[in-house]
Amino acid sequence: MGLALLVLIWLITFFSTYFFVAKTWWLPAGASTAAPWIDHQFTLTFIIMGIVFVAAQVSLGWFVWKYRDRGPASKVDYSHGNTKMEVLWTALTAVLFVGLNLMGSHVWASERFEPAKAGAVQVEATGLQFAWYFRYPGPDGKYGHTKPELIDASAGGDAAVGLDTSDGSAKDDIVSGTMYLPVNREVDLSLRAQDVIHSLFIPNMRFKQDAVPGLIIHMHFTPTQTGDYEIACAELCGLGHYKMHGMLKVLSQEDFDKWIASKEAEKQ
Amino acid sequence: MATPGVVHAHAAPQGFIRKYIFSLDHKVIGIQYYFLALAAVLVGMFLSLLMRIHLVWPTASIPLFGEIKPETYLTLLTMHGTIMVFFVLTTAPQSGFGNYFLPIQIGAPDMAFPTLNMLSFWTTFVAFVVMIAAFFVEGGAPLHGWTGYAPLSALPGAGPGEGLGADLWITSIAIFCAASLMGALNFITTVLDLRAKGMTMMRMPLTCWAWFITAILGLLAFGVLLAAGILLLMDRNLGTSFFVPGGLSVSGNLVKHSGGSPLLWQHLFWFFGHPEVYIAILPGMGVASQMLSTFSRKPIFGYKAMVYAMLSIGLLGFVVWGHHMFMSGMSPYSAFAFSIMTMAIGVPSAIKTFNWLGTIYKGRVRFDTPMLYAIGFVSLFVSGGLSGPFLAQPVLDIPLHDTYFVVGHFHLIMGVAAIFGMFAGTAYWFPKMFGRMMSESLGRIHFFITLAGTYAIFMPMHYLGLAGQTRRYSQFTEVHYMTQLIPVQRFMTYAAVITIGAQLIFVVNLFWSMFKGPKASDNPWEATTLEWTTATPPPHDNFGGHTPVVNHGPYEYSVPGAARDYTMQTDPATSTAH
Repeated sequence: MGLALLVLIWLITFFSTYFFVAKTWWLPAGASTAAPWIDHQFTLTFIIMGIVFVAAQVSLGWFVWKYRDRGPASKVDYSHGNTKMEVLWTALTAVLFVGLNLMGSHVWASERFEPAKAGAVQVEATGLQFAWYFRYPGPDGKYGHTKPELIDASAGGDAAVGLDTSDGSAKDDIVSGTMYLPVNREVDLSLRAQDVIHSLFIPNMRFKQDAVPGLIIHMHFTPTQTGDYEIACAELCGLGHYKMHGMLKVLSQEDFDKWIASKEAEKQ
Repeated sequence: MATPGVVHAHAAPQGFIRKYIFSLDHKVIGIQYYFLALAAVLVGMFLSLLMRIHLVWPTASIPLFGEIKPETYLTLLTMHGTIMVFFVLTTAPQSGFGNYFLPIQIGAPDMAFPTLNMLSFWTTFVAFVVMIAAFFVEGGAPLHGWTGYAPLSALPGAGPGEGLGADLWITSIAIFCAASLMGALNFITTVLDLRAKGMTMMRMPLTCWAWFITAILGLLAFGVLLAAGILLLMDRNLGTSFFVPGGLSVSGNLVKHSGGSPLLWQHLFWFFGHPEVYIAILPGMGVASQMLSTFSRKPIFGYKAMVYAMLSIGLLGFVVWGHHMFMSGMSPYSAFAFSIMTMAIGVPSAIKTFNWLGTIYKGRVRFDTPMLYAIGFVSLFVSGGLSGPFLAQPVLDIPLHDTYFVVGHFHLIMGVAAIFGMFAGTAYWFPKMFGRMMSESLGRIHFFITLAGTYAIFMPMHYLGLAGQTRRYSQFTEVHYMTQLIPVQRFMTYAAVITIGAQLIFVVNLFWSMFKGPKASDNPWEATTLEWTTATPPPHDNFGGHTPVVNHGPYEYSVPGAARDYTMQTDPATSTAH
């Protein structure tokens, strides 16, 4: 029985660890300035936790086999513990866990404590059951007013976010079902939700943030590679949660300007 | 030394109804809770089977059920989570085993308030009936997940099941909270007032410490959820706006609320929700400690450290709720504080693991089934625990929050580890409760399939989460990168079908042994705590007219010079044993 346990626990440990180490499934390719930092912190945590995982499971399997009942021959060490060891591993774990946490904190700080830099691309993302809409303020740099009573999700476009077209600064606003961004430029994102909570999740950008009704949440990130990236909703928002899918297209600055210009031309 | 308080001595009842239905006897009530949890876990498990099948074959037609629609999938996951967390993980380990064995283990004739105890069970029963009723009303059960985030849970128009089904769901939880508050008061009072002579706090078995601390957590946490639930019911039915802000439009209809905050619900919910995780797992920790010491024939390693670790887990458990909300729009500065606290709670958890290993180390391990489950518990606790420090870091929560990584994490640690605690408890105490032994061979088969199967289901969830697989998706056909992960989902479904099938072995073993198992002796495991000093099953007043006097600590195994390798807590005081 002890041997069967040892084999099972060790096999579980081996297979669990193997797929992590082989990176059979791993974080999707990063394409933002934050990605290398987050991935680095992830790898560091992974190595430390991986070592503890293997050590604990291997000793568990080993101990139950090694100290199995072998009749009167097996001697028991009558002991109530060891304070020195207790203090030692408490201190070690505390230093390890808290230290690990502190090492990752500067990444969090740079992501979330500072607002976007001046000159960042302004984009507003709105979540509704069950689609994402992205709004660009146009040449005036100002978002026009929106009104809840004007919202008509089925109409899409301007009406989907309830844009008040009588407002002067709304005239040049662009509303798109796909998110377009220029590469290597920071985006100043304003997140909104119209009905329930949604969460804008762009795995390749290492970006995730809930969009909460009643709040406008400012976030920022910088894409570093052109390409098409999938957007998913990460907060349960109702029956169509699984199909609340969007796309992010990261373009060169030139192509991005062209796209903006063509959309402005459509509005005229 | 506690003064033994006065219990409302009640004579052994005669009629069937007073004896088995509306019983005041903590042992009967404990068994009632246990069977309620058993019924709940079978329902919850069946729901998860439907979910696993739907995820892999979304258009499959299931006998008697038909095709599962996306919204039906969400009601399945909502009810699965709710039933498992409240009516299984909170009910069996604490109210079931705790009710039966806490009074006996501290040498008391009953709980402090027997009538309150009965009331608490029947209130829980009503809560369960109301919860199940949600399936059968118009629109069906709610789809807002077990966390019930507002405004989704607050607006009847936000989806199917958000009408009467959601009202019943909240009502059931509110009733459950009231029942748990009664139970918590009873447990705390019993521990403080009814310990036998010589049963100092530091001589209590670790199971009693776990039930005691869990009761304190319950007392502080369930009141908050009760309040939150009532506010949510008011938002839904009386036009208040605690959780719903103004200016919303749900499928083209303006919402007539203003001024509420969706984040307020999350703060209240998780102020309960995080301690709830420990309410589910602490009794399992107690049970595992008890088994590891008993079956290693060795005193528990670091008894005091174990007690302090549980106390600090209980304390820290109340200041970490914000780690569920790193992506919620909460202040990023407070995320920083919650994160440090969460990492800190890993320390006492690590101490417990070290001490469990230290207990086995240089012991003489017997492999009776309770021990197998306890070893499984330690393995699962380690695996589920070590994904915690990933999720505790806000910066790593960016890719991992609301993905399958989280689902894998909490299923291993608060789900299956806690359930292994229950398996261990069942196998260990079954002889005392029913006077017969369970089948060892069925127990072993069940253990090996379940441990391997559990890892096969939940370990791959971590890989999926890394790859960005979001949770609560009814199918993976709409997002391209997720369609590539379907083969892993299929593997998990196969593993789930086998593992769920293997649970029949446990159920068969349970009922077969109840009637056909070999007769149990009073102390089949040669254990030391008070429940093994009394008859099997124990008499109505637990100790047959006398009160035990305690002379030793709870885990005096293999004392040098002693005649046998276990010194019972009631054995005469000696110079060698503690």
